[in-house]
Amino acid sequence: MGLEAKLNQDGFITTTVDAIVAWSMKNSVWPMPMGISCCAIEMMASGDPKYDIARFGSEVMRFTPRQCDLMIVAGTVTYKMSHVVRKIYDQMPDPKWVIAMGACTSSGGMYRSYNVVQGIDQFLPVDIYLAGCPPRPDNLLNALIQIQEKVGRTKVREFTNKPMPELTVLQNN
Amino acid sequence: MTINELIESKLKENFKDVGFTFTTYLDELTVSFNKKNIVEVCSFLKTNPELEFLLSEDITAIDNATRKNRFTVVYHIFSLKNKFRLRLKCDVDESDCNIDTVSSVWKTADWQEREAYDMYGIKFNNHSDLRRMYMPEDFEYHPLRKDFPLLGIPGSLSLPKK
Repeated sequence: MGLEAKLNQDGFITTTVDAIVAWSMKNSVWPMPMGISCCAIEMMASGDPKYDIARFGSEVMRFTPRQCDLMIVAGTVTYKMSHVVRKIYDQMPDPKWVIAMGACTSSGGMYRSYNVVQGIDQFLPVDIYLAGCPPRPDNLLNALIQIQEKVGRTKVREFTNKPMPELTVLQNN
Repeated sequence: MTINELIESKLKENFKDVGFTFTTYLDELTVSFNKKNIVEVCSFLKTNPELEFLLSEDITAIDNATRKNRFTVVYHIFSLKNKFRLRLKCDVDESDCNIDTVSSVWKTADWQEREAYDMYGIKFNNHSDLRRMYMPEDFEYHPLRKDFPLLGIPGSLSLPKK
């Protein structure tokens, strides 16, 4: 069977690598659920049948960063915890995105005090700030849709030949 | 004899040279005394068969800021036998900022004293493992002291590299 006959029989589409990769990535975003306080309860609720995060292809919430490409930081980040959050972020493979879920994560929220980081953008690159205290699950889904739009605009070459992050090794504990 | 009177008489009878101050507010009894007697008073309250304060609920401190004896260490203890809660108070001055540990009396005091040490900087003598509880180990301040600013001291807590 020749090529013409084969294509005639099975059908084909033409596209670019960027388009097909971005399309597949945006419909299979795997979140890293970094739940630290009350926002995490709302994040869990977004996985229940009523809100059903699975219809976005994003239900794969495993508590390991190895295959994740979206970190949802849900909760109050203290200075002591910030090193843990950053370490987990560094362990996620590129390309990756971050949602700062809720008032505490985005700005310290009502905890204007010595121990709470006044916004995780002080140590992480944030893509979406999500308002609310805590935000409703549908608000989180809205942020997820916005992340999908951003992922859809991604070019493959932006993420080729990126250097490995420097991982700090904990000395004790 | 009420339980308040029982505690008062027992303490006065067994520690004749300790100056106790008894105050009652909303039926809650508070006993204040000199910090050097803390261990013997606590072990008496625990072991006396009529009192049996077997549970140390909480150990914390008060920062009175400008007062001469700046800190007050507060012990909340509970008698399961009498269903009675008692508060002990000992003043500690900033220049001599230490008090004997009661972790030999109640084992749980080990952690409760570490918390008071972390937040107020009060040293507990003879404590087996006096380390910080909430703050990072290399942090040099005590956040619940009145002279510590609410927003902290810039640069005293580290953030990861961006």
